[in-house]
Amino acid sequence: MMQEIDYLVILLQLMLAVGFVVVVMLLTHLVGPKRKTKLKQENTEAGIKVVGNARLPFNIKYFVVAILFVLFDVEIIFLYPWAVNFKALGTTGFIEMIIFIATLLIGFFYIVKKGGLKWEK
Amino acid sequence: MLVLNTFANWNWVLITDKLILIGILFAVALGIAAYSTLAERKIAAFMQDRIGPDRAGFFGILQPIVDGVKSIMKEEIIPGRAHKFLFILGPCIFMTVALMTYAIIPWGKDLFINGKPFSLQLADLNVGILYSFAIVSLGVYGIMIGGWASNNKFSLLGAVRASTQMISYELAMGLSLIPIVMMASSLSLRDITEAQAGWNWNIFYQPLAFIIFFTCALAECNRTPFDLAETESELIGGYHTEYSSMKLALFLFGEYVNVFVSATIISILFLGGYHFPGMENLGLSPNWLSIVSICTLFAKIFFMIFVFMWIRWTIPRFRYDQLMKLGWQIFIPLCILNILATGLVMTLFTR
Repeated sequence: MMQEIDYLVILLQLMLAVGFVVVVMLLTHLVGPKRKTKLKQENTEAGIKVVGNARLPFNIKYFVVAILFVLFDVEIIFLYPWAVNFKALGTTGFIEMIIFIATLLIGFFYIVKKGGLKWEK
Repeated sequence: MLVLNTFANWNWVLITDKLILIGILFAVALGIAAYSTLAERKIAAFMQDRIGPDRAGFFGILQPIVDGVKSIMKEEIIPGRAHKFLFILGPCIFMTVALMTYAIIPWGKDLFINGKPFSLQLADLNVGILYSFAIVSLGVYGIMIGGWASNNKFSLLGAVRASTQMISYELAMGLSLIPIVMMASSLSLRDITEAQAGWNWNIFYQPLAFIIFFTCALAECNRTPFDLAETESELIGGYHTEYSSMKLALFLFGEYVNVFVSATIISILFLGGYHFPGMENLGLSPNWLSIVSICTLFAKIFFMIFVFMWIRWTIPRFRYDQLMKLGWQIFIPLCILNILATGLVMTLFTR
């Protein structure tokens, strides 16, 4: 029963947050002046004429970091249930988790040695 | 059928209580975020031997309201080459997410109104910390969508930098809290707070986790020394370069809500939440105790917000490769070491 109420409250909070944002956006849309000109709607490019499209390929490093994040985040999520039950699981649970973390660390050092996290050339 | 049963079983008194609390907390959160902008400018001014805003009302006290009205009255410009829908959606997501995070915070001990307990916590989820992580990481979408939709090179670079930085520090942030969860045996923020009564603040047991979590909180909020997403000297305004009027205000204001929430979570997890030593021995009635506990928590929150601002005007910005190196190659191994050390100490000494 309590849990249902708790999630309902989260839903209400979401409705309030969305409502606030929508009201504010509508308000500024209605109140603010609208004098559109071609030049005003140009993109900012530090004062010079816009060259090409901004949606160009960018450095692969960012993508590599994003993939590594997904990998590690999943492993961290595995640590949470273990941490909650740490006292109940006792020494056996601790040793098992050392093995898990060691496996994680092997992967981590592989990435570091492979230069996956190297930003400077 | 199940849905109907649930509906009939709702405790409408409790829901009304919660609605009142939602309203109060919303006003408090927005108020504190608004006055954080003034506090930041005043603190910056004092640190740089200036006066700061002092025209709108005494001591500039009306400045946040004036700023808010101004940003509503401004013309909203959407660049011709931008993706219109996503351009509007970006700041909306960012602000909505910022307003969601504080739902799980226990603000103080229960109040008693006509003998009935009135919980000062919107939702005591048993997955508390995981909920806050889940919501906080959604903020990346707002930044990435906004930056990409602008169709501006500076915005795109700022957005990519910001999102990469945020996801990198989320790892260290998640890992740094595991020792705390191990000690409290719970993810609920209420339980973690109750475990810190008296002098048992987590900062004394886990100073390393505190330092790492605090640094990651700075990075998650895109604050100096980790504000690489909006380095003025190279990226103009970063992901919000193209934004104007209320959409810009939502980005900037959302950042201050995030600072407030981060300061709150740090106070709850490491600084004992609403506890202070000797609180139970004061001999106060439950209601006064509750009020004192709320004031204690807010004193801690204001102090942490002040530290955030203090750091902003003291420490220079990191370089991007240094930032990534700190997050991945220093914090993650340190966190794992901290987990193992905590586990070892707990295994050896508690039984």
